[in-house]
Amino acid sequence: MNKKSKRTKKIIQHSIMIVFTALMIYPLVWMLSSSLKESSSVFVDAHSLIPKGLHFENYITGWQGFGGITFSTFFLNSAIIAVVATVGSIISSTIIAYGFARIKFAGKKVWFICMMLTMMLPFEMVMIPQYIMFNSFGWIDTYLPLILPTFFGIPFFIFLIMQFIRTIPIELDEAARIDGCNSLGIFFRIIVPLIVPAMMTSAIFSFYWRWDDFMGPLIYLSTPEKYPVSLALKLFSDPNSVTNWGAMFAMSTLSIVPIFVIFFFFQRYIVDGISTSGLKG
Amino acid sequence: MVRKRSEQFSEPGSEVASKPKPVNQIKSLMPNKKRKSDNHNFTGYMFISPFLIGFFLLTLYPILYSLYLSFTDYDLMSSPNWIGLDNYRRMFTGDATFWKSMEVTTMYAGVAVPIRLVFALLVALALNKIVEAAGWYRTLLYLPSVVGGSIAVSIMWRQLFGNDGAVNSFLAMLGLPTHSWLGDPATAIWTLIVLYGWQFGSSMLIFLAGLRNIPKTYYEASSVDGAGPIKQFFIITLPLLTPVILFNTIMQVIQGFMAFTPSFVVTNGGPVNSTLLYVLYMYQRAFEYFDMGYASAMAWFMLIIIAILTGVIFKSSQYWVHYESDSK
Repeated sequence: MNKKSKRTKKIIQHSIMIVFTALMIYPLVWMLSSSLKESSSVFVDAHSLIPKGLHFENYITGWQGFGGITFSTFFLNSAIIAVVATVGSIISSTIIAYGFARIKFAGKKVWFICMMLTMMLPFEMVMIPQYIMFNSFGWIDTYLPLILPTFFGIPFFIFLIMQFIRTIPIELDEAARIDGCNSLGIFFRIIVPLIVPAMMTSAIFSFYWRWDDFMGPLIYLSTPEKYPVSLALKLFSDPNSVTNWGAMFAMSTLSIVPIFVIFFFFQRYIVDGISTSGLKG
Repeated sequence: MVRKRSEQFSEPGSEVASKPKPVNQIKSLMPNKKRKSDNHNFTGYMFISPFLIGFFLLTLYPILYSLYLSFTDYDLMSSPNWIGLDNYRRMFTGDATFWKSMEVTTMYAGVAVPIRLVFALLVALALNKIVEAAGWYRTLLYLPSVVGGSIAVSIMWRQLFGNDGAVNSFLAMLGLPTHSWLGDPATAIWTLIVLYGWQFGSSMLIFLAGLRNIPKTYYEASSVDGAGPIKQFFIITLPLLTPVILFNTIMQVIQGFMAFTPSFVVTNGGPVNSTLLYVLYMYQRAFEYFDMGYASAMAWFMLIIIAILTGVIFKSSQYWVHYESDSK
């Protein structure tokens, strides 16, 4: 009797969870299924998740993009920005994190507080003066304002990597030092190999944020040939000009494919990263 | 040298000798300690130099420059014109749109943030109880957060709540009246709030990690004392989660006040400014009207608001945040 009631309880629990999960996932599945519907019938029985026939041609017409620029260009632009910025932020953040976590120097506390304050400071607060600054350098309509700042470390990643370095026993550093290693040697031979997971987590988040970044490209880029996918998609989906809804959904879906792929391959790093540091996703 | 010697001299002294510290002894035996620590300053600053350069050039200077700009009239073409407090005066007394955006943003952050956090906590509690397939639920429920920041999701949301979108289509199928969700000033903001709440995944993961850190023995001990699950939640789970809740609340409040993309893409501030979030209005002032001085004043005002809010949350935390080390 007890066993049976336990089972009933479990079935109820899972039914609730399944319905809830399905409801939460519905919008994403809806986007995918709308991308396969015939363009003219996307909004006939709009809620339906089952397209009448699979219209992959939406993807082909969508890929043509607009103004003679195909989505190949946009995807390539996004990839360049995201990859270079990610490499920059991980290299710099790792170096800085090591300095903060392992080396004693005068004024460390002050700079650490500055870093934490920078972490809390939203980008929107420095957006206008930075724009004016980069404008005076003649960097508008280049990728420099989007990429260069990442080479000075991202406080979130510095903090995440620091937390990770702190879990490495300091005796390892001391042993290496007795063996004649200097700080640089300890960093490259001891620390870096051990913090690869934290670097991976940071790299994934960095890639996500750069790939999704919309405001940066919006204010800095003006030539459509230089647009990343996020900005191109916004223009492509302008409600006043869109006629091919299927293609719009198709390109929207494609734009999040890289995010999905990374998520499914590296889920562990993401979950660990969020759980330990409280990073936003 | 001085520090080293004092360490050595203090060793035979009563305080230290009473409690042997082998690590200290090894340290004091290490040669060249003084010279190394001199070197540390240089090495340390070398390692953090990228941060320092970025901090001065990309954070501190821009922040101060924007404070200066907030007292000027600057359109990017001619040089900034000192106008004293005029921008702030105009903001507080002469700009109804500014107050509208304040009202919309306060309402948005004030409703959406608690919704997201409560949702995240409830789902995390449920997932913590379930043994089978918990990983699957967790992955799927986290998905909206993973893709939530993308433009694609905002575009999809606009269509989902559009006049002929899926939500209305559902309602029609059930024979319920449809509604112009994005066209009605009363409901448009709610579509954005739902979009924000929908992305509860990251907070859920943080809460889950917090829940897993609570020792099982606490629950066992309290059930021996006769506490039921609801009482356990309020006397064990919730207090022990408060540090995590505090951190989450601060980050989410900042994020909520800074939201831009959803209102820009889903509603573009309309209808009749009912979804004009603060950052969107600031963006319009700066990059559509090139009213850089005024927009800088707006940025500074928001910075002060966020600083005050964060301060208040921190200060209040001593009354509701429970740190385990306190009780030990």
